Amino acid sequence: MTLAVLSQAFALVFDPYVLWVIVASAAFGLFVGAIPGLTATMATALLVPVTFFMPPVPAIASIVTATAMAIFAGDIPSCLLRMPGTPASAAYTDEAYAMTKKGQGEVALGAGLVFSVIGGLFGTAVLIVAAPALAEIALKFSSFEYFWLVILGLSSAVFLAIGNPLKGVVSLLLGLLVASQGLDNPAAFPRFTFGNAELAGGLTLIPIMIGMFAVSEIIRNVATMDQPWEMAQTKIGNVFTGMWTLTKRYPLQILRGSTLGTAIGALPGAGADIAAWMSYAMSKRFSKEPEKFGSGHVEGIVEAGASNNSALAGAWIPALVFGIPGDSITAIVIGVLYIKGLNPGPTIFLEKAPEMYAIFIVFILANLLMVPLGIAAIKGASQLLRAPREVLMPVILLFCVVGSFAINNSPFGVVLMLAFGLVAYVMEENGFPVAPAILGMVLGAMLEEHFISSMIKADGRLLAFFERPIAAGLGALTLAVFAWPLVRAWILPDRNRA
Amino acid sequence: MKFNDALSGAALAALGALVLWHIQGFPPMPGQKYGPAWFPGLIAIGLVTCGALLAAARLRAAAPEPLLALPGWLRRARPAASVASVIAGLVLYVFVVDMLGFHVTAAVLLLVWSRLLGASWRLAAPVSLAATVGIHLAFYKLLKVPLPWGLLEQFAF
Repeated sequence: MTLAVLSQAFALVFDPYVLWVIVASAAFGLFVGAIPGLTATMATALLVPVTFFMPPVPAIASIVTATAMAIFAGDIPSCLLRMPGTPASAAYTDEAYAMTKKGQGEVALGAGLVFSVIGGLFGTAVLIVAAPALAEIALKFSSFEYFWLVILGLSSAVFLAIGNPLKGVVSLLLGLLVASQGLDNPAAFPRFTFGNAELAGGLTLIPIMIGMFAVSEIIRNVATMDQPWEMAQTKIGNVFTGMWTLTKRYPLQILRGSTLGTAIGALPGAGADIAAWMSYAMSKRFSKEPEKFGSGHVEGIVEAGASNNSALAGAWIPALVFGIPGDSITAIVIGVLYIKGLNPGPTIFLEKAPEMYAIFIVFILANLLMVPLGIAAIKGASQLLRAPREVLMPVILLFCVVGSFAINNSPFGVVLMLAFGLVAYVMEENGFPVAPAILGMVLGAMLEEHFISSMIKADGRLLAFFERPIAAGLGALTLAVFAWPLVRAWILPDRNRA
Repeated sequence: MKFNDALSGAALAALGALVLWHIQGFPPMPGQKYGPAWFPGLIAIGLVTCGALLAAARLRAAAPEPLLALPGWLRRARPAASVASVIAGLVLYVFVVDMLGFHVTAAVLLLVWSRLLGASWRLAAPVSLAATVGIHLAFYKLLKVPLPWGLLEQFAF
């Protein structure tokens, strides 16, 4: 990285328009994150149609900022309503609420904010160091290595999902089936188009994702709207009191949460929510006072709060370097990257270096901005949580409709959105995780393409997948991922809270 | 809406079988072992296998499970009507938007949805109108999305 690149990157970010986009997205992210039932992934899906019309850097900046804020803001209703604002806060919602009940609401909220910032900055640092370094190695990759990477990504999505792994596999297969539809395959043969002009173009992913992440969520919200929210505390004092003491008391927990979070984020298919579950469980397992967990003890919140925000940045590592999403958010982001001409891949750090460093700067900026805006959101929480859901949900739904329409200017987008929204709703009701399906849709074409081109090179010999050293290593790693369920059984003994 | 896993498993296996049957018609790639049927074929085999495993696991389990467990909200009038209105409204949107135009359709849908969710007229009416105008300004004016005018064609701005 030269100074010239860095100064270009700064110029890209510190432009009045970009800064305005960042602040607006931050407010949007805080709002979406704080309202239970609206998730960070949903924020991303809703932003896509808007980012369509922006230059690359502000488009990506809006997603980075909104998601960072949303994951933090998810802690606010956890403390005040005992409802996670986003699934990433679910792991420690009961703990945070118990603290509020004990009169320690400020400490819980403050820990959520401060350690979100620390975790986010940690993940960002890893992203900045690891992504370009990994890209350098990946420059040598051929279709054999990419094939393994995709397999690795798909399998980690299944094994890291919480719940029945068999249902994870089913979800993945359904995603792959959707990906195989259309003309976009090595043989360019129209598959599953049934002579329909709309289907011949292939299913557009953005309306599908708006459906799966936003419409399904709206249906769930609408179905439970008749149950009112009750706030446990409305006046909130200084949230920074005691934070320095916590930092000094739990340095190892902060480091462990941030590291595990970044790693889980970087593993394809698992994002902030799973990172938080794992970190909370890890914190309890290695705590000196595990008996206090569940009764309003801050230790787990410190560790898991750092973890979920660090996972966000971690997920961008495979997304930028390989085009393999680290979580559901980056699954959407990859589509945006292609649209913006920032095609993910190892050469992106050579060809689009200023843009990449600009994204890194935005990550840092977003995490720093979280301090003042986070305080504002906490102070205004009682107003924020009183936002009238009965008009909010319809407006969001209309926004989804227009967004799905705008991608191809076709009402077929709305049809796709509704169909996949209903599918996702039924899937989740039946314990089928949605994330593997999304990963399958995003990676399906890549999987088939790399397999076929490898087989053309190797003349159909399957053993060729183990003949290059890195490919063989990745193959072995894939097999190791298959051993994961055993490890998980050790870390997470109780499995019925998902 | 929780289906019995035996039922979901059977449906998934049936889907896999359907795909397997459909791809028989796909042509081979000349001089190539793996044609366009290979990838969907593999997925279909996976679906049949997983569907069978899922159903088998359910059938072996001792505790009985109903074939279909309806969610609690379906028995409460207001949530049930709200969910139905969301689905029906979206279907309706697709069919009438070109004729009625975006603005009329959107404002009416917003009003119906908000009222069903329990908003007062005093809240629902202005918000529906404001949101429609807001989306018009943001998407039609600023982002140049060609939202159809329909009935209001002559008032287009």
